[in-house]
Amino acid sequence: MIVINDLKFNYAKHEVFDNLSLTFNEGKIYGLLGLNGAGKSTLLYLMSGLLFADKGKIEFNGYDVTKRNPKALADMFLVPEEFELPRLTFEKYVELNAPFYPNFRYETFEKCLQGFNMSADIRLDKLSMGQKKKAFMCFALAANTSLLIMDEPTNGLDIPSKSQFRQVVSSCMNDERTIIISTHQVADVQNLIDHITIINDKKAVFDYSVIDITEKLCFTTEKIENPLFTQEVFGGQLSVCKRQNENDETPLNIELLFNAVLADSKKINEVFNN
Amino acid sequence: MDFKESRPIYLQIADKICGEILTGKFAENERIPSVREYASGLEVNANTVVRSYDFLQNKDIIFNKRGIGYFVAEGAAEKILQMRREMFMNEQLKDFFNEIDILKISINEIVELYNQRNKS
Repeated sequence: MIVINDLKFNYAKHEVFDNLSLTFNEGKIYGLLGLNGAGKSTLLYLMSGLLFADKGKIEFNGYDVTKRNPKALADMFLVPEEFELPRLTFEKYVELNAPFYPNFRYETFEKCLQGFNMSADIRLDKLSMGQKKKAFMCFALAANTSLLIMDEPTNGLDIPSKSQFRQVVSSCMNDERTIIISTHQVADVQNLIDHITIINDKKAVFDYSVIDITEKLCFTTEKIENPLFTQEVFGGQLSVCKRQNENDETPLNIELLFNAVLADSKKINEVFNN
Repeated sequence: MDFKESRPIYLQIADKICGEILTGKFAENERIPSVREYASGLEVNANTVVRSYDFLQNKDIIFNKRGIGYFVAEGAAEKILQMRREMFMNEQLKDFFNEIDILKISINEIVELYNQRNKS
């Protein structure tokens, strides 16, 4: 579990977070959404102990992340959006790095490699961006840490790889793990995530599970009275409204929800508070 | 799997499993894949499949053997057919009647077409 309490963070004079509080629990895959520059990556780096807050605290399983306790670091993994891998074969890389992660599982590693159609004898520095990403995600998933953070994991993946990504993540998930995925490609993770967290204007403006969302809200192309939010789309319109009865459950439309929350987060949150 | 936009995902997955029971892919008293296997195959969150399995369990189409997994219940196929019949009568047929009213097509015309189809 990771608990963020009353966080304040600035880059020089630019204030990124003020009074941000959030909790991420085990057994869930979180989708972290926000506009460009909203601070998604910054938040992920803060959670990993790579950046330090100006005020407030982040605790991971009871450890203050800024202390970078080896026990905490051995149980969390961050896949950044962009990274370099060393001039090594993948086998050698695993041999050198797996010991830092006591729960590392070679079975999972093999399964992930297979899932992405990759082999362990590749040279890591000779890979394309997409291949590099898949390789690093194999290692990340096999590290089997209780916290796994991925920043824009589907960027640079080709079409079949996106599908393989969902299979691999879904099969590596368990009740003890927390996976946080920040993304703009909501369609890539639409049915994979089970909790949505939106940050905007220095705060968390929305934080509910998909089950709660589909219980409280409807996403529809039908014309309805008193929608909470409506947007025009090609050939009609999409609306968000409060659910009226037992039988009108609709699938979550993340894009529409995101736009609705950004337009008026108060109005959307009110539906959940009563 | 391509999901439709109008029906909850967990119900679409339940439909798929029902279809697989009807075609005999999963036989009665046979174990069906675990939640995680099924979720991974469909590239969806395991909690969604948990909801689908719960739903099917409530309808007595599958049952849980603690620690072993989920199995297809006895008489599941017949139950599914019954459910589908009800759904057809309550939903599709209603829409169908509304549509023929709007288009001013008499039911006799439909009956005639139906009989012709069965003859040929």
